[in-house]
Amino acid sequence: MAGGPGWFWKGFVMIPVAFDYVRPSTVEDAVAAVAAGGDEAKILAGGQSLLPVLRLRLAAPALLVDLGGVGSLRGARFDSGALVIGAMTTHAEVASSALVRAEAPLVATAAAHVGDRQVRHLGTLGGSLAHADPAGDLPAVAVALDADMVLAGPSGRRTVAARDFFTDIFTTALGPAEVLVEVRFPRMSGWTGGYEKFHRTLQAWALVGVAAAVRKENGSIAEARVAFTNMGPTPVRASSVEAALVGAADLGAVKAAAAHAGEGTSPPTDISGSAEYRRHLAGVLTARAVASAAGF
Amino acid sequence: MTATIAQPEVGRARLRKEDARLVTGRTRWTENITLPGMLHLAILRSPYAHARITSVNTAPALDRPNVIAAFSGADVAETQGVLACAWPVTEDMVAPTYTPLAVTEVRHVGEPVAVVVARDRASAVDALEAIEVDYEPLPVVLGLEEALAEGSPLVHSDKGTNKCYTWIFDSAEAGTGGNAVQAEADAEVVIKRRYVQQRLIPSSMEPRSVIVDPSGGEWTMYSATQIPHIVRFLLSATTGTPEHKIRVIAPDVGGGFGGKIGVTPEEWIAFTAANRVGRPVKYTESRAESMVSAHHGRDVIQDITLSARRDGTLTGVSVKLIANMGAYLGVVGPGVPLLGAFMYNAIYKVPAYRFECTGVFTNTTKTDAYRGAGRPEATYAIERAMDELAAELGLDPVEIRRRNWITHEEFPFTTVCGLVYDSGNYEAATEKALSLLGYDDLRAEQAARRASNDPVQLGIGVSTYTEMCGLAPSRILGALRYGAGGWESATIRVLATGKVEVITGTTPHGQGHVTAWSQIVADQLGVPFDDISVLYGDTRVANKGMDTYGSRSLAVGGIALVNACEKVRDKAKVVAAHMLECSADDLEFTDGAFRVRGNPEAAKTLADVALAVFTAHNLPDGIEPQLDSEATFDPSTFSFPHGTHLCATEVDTETGQVKIRRYVCVDDVGKVINPLIVEGQVHGGVAQGIAQALFEDAVYDESGNLITGSFAEYLLPSAADLPTLEADRTETPATTHPLGAKGVGEAGTIAATPAVVNAIVDALRPRGVHDVMMPCTPERVWRAAQDGSGRGSS
Amino acid sequence: MARVSVTVDGTRYVDEVEPRTLLVHYLRDQIGKVGTVVGCDTGNCGACTVLMSGPDHVARSVKSCSVLAIQADGCAVTTVEGLADSDGTLHPVQRAFHEQHALQCGFCTPGMIMATVDLLRENPHPTEAEIREGISGNLCRCTGYQNIVRAVQQAANGGAAPSAAHSAPVESASAESASVESAARPVAHSPAVTS
Ligand SMILES: Cc1cc2nc3c(=O)[nH]c(=O)nc-3n(C[C@H](O)[C@H](O)[C@H](O)COP(=O)(O)OP(=O)(O)OC[C@H]3O[C@@H](n4cnc5c(N)ncnc54)[C@H](O)[C@@H]3O)c2cc1C
Ligand code: FES
Ligand code: FES
Repeated sequence: MAGGPGWFWKGFVMIPVAFDYVRPSTVEDAVAAVAAGGDEAKILAGGQSLLPVLRLRLAAPALLVDLGGVGSLRGARFDSGALVIGAMTTHAEVASSALVRAEAPLVATAAAHVGDRQVRHLGTLGGSLAHADPAGDLPAVAVALDADMVLAGPSGRRTVAARDFFTDIFTTALGPAEVLVEVRFPRMSGWTGGYEKFHRTLQAWALVGVAAAVRKENGSIAEARVAFTNMGPTPVRASSVEAALVGAADLGAVKAAAAHAGEGTSPPTDISGSAEYRRHLAGVLTARAVASAAGF
Repeated sequence: MTATIAQPEVGRARLRKEDARLVTGRTRWTENITLPGMLHLAILRSPYAHARITSVNTAPALDRPNVIAAFSGADVAETQGVLACAWPVTEDMVAPTYTPLAVTEVRHVGEPVAVVVARDRASAVDALEAIEVDYEPLPVVLGLEEALAEGSPLVHSDKGTNKCYTWIFDSAEAGTGGNAVQAEADAEVVIKRRYVQQRLIPSSMEPRSVIVDPSGGEWTMYSATQIPHIVRFLLSATTGTPEHKIRVIAPDVGGGFGGKIGVTPEEWIAFTAANRVGRPVKYTESRAESMVSAHHGRDVIQDITLSARRDGTLTGVSVKLIANMGAYLGVVGPGVPLLGAFMYNAIYKVPAYRFECTGVFTNTTKTDAYRGAGRPEATYAIERAMDELAAELGLDPVEIRRRNWITHEEFPFTTVCGLVYDSGNYEAATEKALSLLGYDDLRAEQAARRASNDPVQLGIGVSTYTEMCGLAPSRILGALRYGAGGWESATIRVLATGKVEVITGTTPHGQGHVTAWSQIVADQLGVPFDDISVLYGDTRVANKGMDTYGSRSLAVGGIALVNACEKVRDKAKVVAAHMLECSADDLEFTDGAFRVRGNPEAAKTLADVALAVFTAHNLPDGIEPQLDSEATFDPSTFSFPHGTHLCATEVDTETGQVKIRRYVCVDDVGKVINPLIVEGQVHGGVAQGIAQALFEDAVYDESGNLITGSFAEYLLPSAADLPTLEADRTETPATTHPLGAKGVGEAGTIAATPAVVNAIVDALRPRGVHDVMMPCTPERVWRAAQDGSGRGSS
Repeated sequence: MARVSVTVDGTRYVDEVEPRTLLVHYLRDQIGKVGTVVGCDTGNCGACTVLMSGPDHVARSVKSCSVLAIQADGCAVTTVEGLADSDGTLHPVQRAFHEQHALQCGFCTPGMIMATVDLLRENPHPTEAEIREGISGNLCRCTGYQNIVRAVQQAANGGAAPSAAHSAPVESASAESASVESAARPVAHSPAVTS
């Protein structure tokens, strides 16, 4: 929503255009329904982004395919070295899952920072990623952690790396009849991480968010992963910061590395803040996120 | 039987009678009401800020399912009436015609253009898409100074100017004080500042909603309004419908804050639509519609000049305002700055004062009263400027105020505006606030943080204020050219069983009048609190009233109530004397009953008298068998609540994030009827004041689209964004009327905004900062912390 | 039109709805549960908050303007109208809102109360910060939230007033304050809400 300021006033009404609705119970049926609906079909996950869009008539699909009945898309498990979270797992479930908190605390933390309790009770991990709002919190986390997206389509399943998944503002690598099925977070033992979200009110979307994870050896940072929310049309992986962080052993070194935060970003200027300010914030927040992850 | 009322009701923290329905969801919001045969209305609105309407074709909408009617402004041009401005502040004020549906031209985004009436809401909304409108875009003007500049595009081309009016008060001309221009020339210190009151959206949580039932040659309008009486009067006056055939009901209303004192296009459109289809019609706005169509508040540029001596004593204040009217005039829109005109001198002894305000049209939603209306603007400017004066002279902000405020011995005090402040004690309120906050300790912490160059700096904001409440003496309103009076009415109906129905002309929408009015009447008549009902908000029940705004209900309506009770008591006394076979002079009303002096056991309660009056078997000669009364009160003057608010903020200089660590306020609202309700009003007001300082801002893009058109962009604070509010009181009763109450509805809003901004500036002052524009967004604060400017791009 | 079967405040309803019907409009317009209100179009205000059971049969707070009625098929929904006991005894959270003067106009109140019930289900003894965070999906324009926070504290304390009292002590509520029980109790009527 915050991604496109001004989007809302295009409509003043609050009732969606009429549509048909199906609620399949398997991924295969869902894919078939979406394929049958063609351009006019839209997937409904938690509805926390889609329903406001429909109410304001910014989209008018003829068919909604509700994934709510597909039980296999819900929950987290371990599978060949990766933490696998089903697309329909809600933010609340992600945030409170013992498995996620133990294996990918960064994901749990970021999910706990999405919207408010009610939104987290319905909004889903898959929906957040598929919606690809530049201000959404979870895309940057997926990119920082080198997650893999598993997509199901009419011709079977394929896997897309997070950094290739987000292609533009509100746009992903999902094909027309593809469903995001699950997200695989590679196991990262010995890593610690943190998510710094900067927003004007608790309910507001991130002005800037920083997802950071580090692995230390002998007191200094051996490896770092940093990605930004809302610093461009897609989540931005801060490669130069990551490189500069290697070897950092104190706060001063972290701050020096974080000074590279603005590089390669193209943040928006909107009523919440200018691009210049966002670049500055990214640096400050990166230093804070990394320092706390590294215990400096 | 004699009931004894041991403890007076007035002053008790009574839990509210209103709550029972509200906490269980059994509430009568307008939107909850369904009438037999009711149809639904949807409104097509302008997507342009300024355009000529070249054609509207509503016919295709008629082919859509469930549609009963569709029409445009041109179709109803003769019958739709106009929306009147009730406050032509000057004789030569430019007042353009304002029609509910635009006919030839639209002048702001969201202006109503055409309507559909259908059997259900969804069908009405669907059919809007079938209406064809051709627009020819016209140049748009948004900025205030730009609108006044030579050659600017005109909002109303037939008027030849965007200037609405210029209104001036000069104490030298009025004979109430000296010459402010001269004071400036003679001053040892001059502080000149420009402040910008951003545009705000009142945002009551209940959207506006209206139903018009035109059945049987009479019109019943249910509306989520603060002003059913004014709506009835103006609907009659502008549509030619006889007033006695119109009944306006404000059922439960979910907040207003000034935002529901409009006479709105939507109410008039529903009236027109109901007449066309001959059936009840309901309209409820979406939030998106509310944001563009319900009136906005503030939006004023303020240039303020303080003249002073080097010891800090003020010698003069002058103010020049440019106020944005929007595209049309709201019902009291032009007058809003005038409500602040007499408040820039605040609590200070100002010898010379000049005020000038120019109202300007732009292609934006109209502005009108928003909580505080004029007075928050005034308080903000003077309280910010006083801090600047203190800084200039190296004085503590509290000290500069001490050197200028009216001391408690000096009341009653006639101000430079000619108003008489009847009572107050600024010293006491301030002392209490300072000690609650631990002012000196925080100053010490501030010094330590400054010394260590802590990235998180501490600021302490001081705001002292008074406001003129109790709107308003009718004669003064007349002198200010306002189109109505400021009186209020109350009716008492004593029922046969001794229970009491109270009817008030005020129209509460969250303020707890039912509870407070019951407390007053309980004491006045010796009737138990639970035996009293309060009726309001229906012109057939409360036929006279001036409604609820401007912290007037208690300070004006409360007095009418006391007077009405007195009439009942006077009459009941005669009957009681007859019953007790004594002379009325031998009776006194104590402990809730008429008692024979010296023999308190010989007593009659109001209930005893009520039954005697009801049976009427044995009444004194000439006494009518009823115990009802009615009173109307027109105040002779305003009331002047005051207080001191203190805010301690932590400012993260690296990010610009502002965190309010403590918020302490001590308000003096005179005599308190119900401390619980007073405290609640202060909390809510403070929250709105903080929100103006930090969060809220109605922003247009360059073509006149409201960018902040939903709660996703127009940021209202949640519980997590506000601090713990520490509210306390002092109590200096008003001396001008028997209740002693002064009004509390707006106090918090008035005081809080400067307290917060003063705190932020205070935190950053060593960095050369002397202002941060509102709302103080993190970016603005960060920029100020970097370069001292505070005028970041957003 | 599609068929839905929803249990609302303990009563099962079977209805035909247009798929586009929002749950809040279904509740209000079709079954007359007008206690639940609409304050915005964007899922921000929380005025429409109800409890809805999920696949695990736990009832959680949701914004009923951001759910389709048809998505509630087979679910149990609790609105503010289903909280009080059948004899009219208020739910401890309702009572706390009344006793702490946590409402003025009352428009946000149904949603606030439902959000509070949900918060206390998960966290029966929240800190002030947790309360403020926990109800941040609900906007109130009247109260400044201070007394709402107090009401949540009272409900969490099993009905006792919070220690940070009002500057004026509140009159003890009359007869209705008899029972002191935890607000974290499951809401009445819905068999599906025991967590
Ligand atoms: C008041 C409010 C505040 C919010 N604040 C935040 C915030 O701070 N941070 C944040 O990140 N988010 C926020 N959100 C959004 C929330 O995170 C949503 O949950 C999320 O954006 C979308 O998830 P969803 O499950 O609700 O998806 P939906 O709304 O159902 O769908 C969103 C889009 O994704 C598509 N989609 C969904 N699932 C799939 C799938 N499995 N495969 C393919 N396509 C799919 C849909 O077709 C649709 O286009 C907020 C929402 C609200 C209402
Ligand atoms: S109505 Fe505002 S969140 Fe549902
Ligand atoms: S009580 Fe009015 S909005 Fe909360």
